[in-house]
Amino acid sequence: MKLRCATFLIAAFAFSTSTAFADSRDEARSQVDFGINVAQRGLWREAIYRWEKAVELDPKYAAAYNDLAIAYEHEGQLEKARKAYDKALELEPNNTQIRQNYDLFKEINDRVAQQKDKR
Amino acid sequence: MTAWLSRRINARLALGGLALVCATTAGCGTALYEVPVETPIPAKLDVSAFQRVLVAGFVAGGAEDIDTNQETVRLLRSQLRSKSELRVIDADVMQLVDVAQEQNKAAVNDTAAADGLSVKTSSENGGVTALPQKIKDEKDLEPYDRLFANTAYWKRIGEEYQNPLIVTGSVLFTPRSSSGLVTRETEVYDGLGRRRVVPQRVYMERKGFMLRPKFVFIDGRTGATIYSETRREEVLYNAQQETPALSSYFELMDRIVPDFLGALSTQKIKGTRVLIK
Repeated sequence: MKLRCATFLIAAFAFSTSTAFADSRDEARSQVDFGINVAQRGLWREAIYRWEKAVELDPKYAAAYNDLAIAYEHEGQLEKARKAYDKALELEPNNTQIRQNYDLFKEINDRVAQQKDKR
Repeated sequence: MTAWLSRRINARLALGGLALVCATTAGCGTALYEVPVETPIPAKLDVSAFQRVLVAGFVAGGAEDIDTNQETVRLLRSQLRSKSELRVIDADVMQLVDVAQEQNKAAVNDTAAADGLSVKTSSENGGVTALPQKIKDEKDLEPYDRLFANTAYWKRIGEEYQNPLIVTGSVLFTPRSSSGLVTRETEVYDGLGRRRVVPQRVYMERKGFMLRPKFVFIDGRTGATIYSETRREEVLYNAQQETPALSSYFELMDRIVPDFLGALSTQKIKGTRVLIK
């Protein structure tokens, strides 16, 4: 009986935490979706707001960090973009798409850093 | 029997939980969206104190096929007109080689007068180096750098045009030729008629041009240099190819102009990135 109770409690706990996790991931996904939608229409500030919310809801959502980095890049906030790319790659180091975006960003970022050094 | 049933229920529950976690963590696959981005790069110089810019002229040398001074001034003025917020002053292009020669002559005379000697024309004259009449290479250009450090002169020019930002400098545009081994991609067909492209080292004679502009930005209010930068670009063609000097000049300037504009105004670098769902 005790064993059954314990099993039930563990299963209930696992279910409730996974449901909560699923909820926040779902909510984060819908924020990312909306962000992509508005970014495609050129509303990058709104996209930033959505993707910032997405990473707040789900701090392990690499794609959201990637999208956020792109938006920061577009707005010229290069330091924030770098941090977001770093986080995305920390979460998914083997994601070639994120890596490709980061490499393109890095080229620009290095150029700006060089300019600052020259000044 | 009951124990067996309860074990099965527990196992199902555990499996269900695991499946749920997997479903929520793994998601339903990845969707990619390519979007155009324009990354703004801040200007190298703070030109907020200026409303107008004077592209004065350049000490030019090298190839005589084109008037490098005239072409450079014309190109930079038109680029600044369309891509910067500064108002471009329309003025006659300054012949800075002549200006530098005159200043040098005056300096030689002053030195000679101070020493009580007759005017010398040698290269060593009381520390004033003679300026080469013909500028063929970078070494010939070096003594002309004194002109850009002459704050009194540039301040006077600044006053004449109501204190604009002054753009000047030197441009060397010279023919280049080179011969040696270069890597070319060659088509090769194997026994089955399949095409492959392989890199091959071949000896080639090539000729073209080298462009080395030095841009000097001067504060028209004080005559002092606020920033300068030098670029060097070259283009080489197959020796049999006849490319006009002017088209090579524009080809090379095309590579340099974005950097020049980047000194004065925010530039946007266009590219694409991939958004991930």
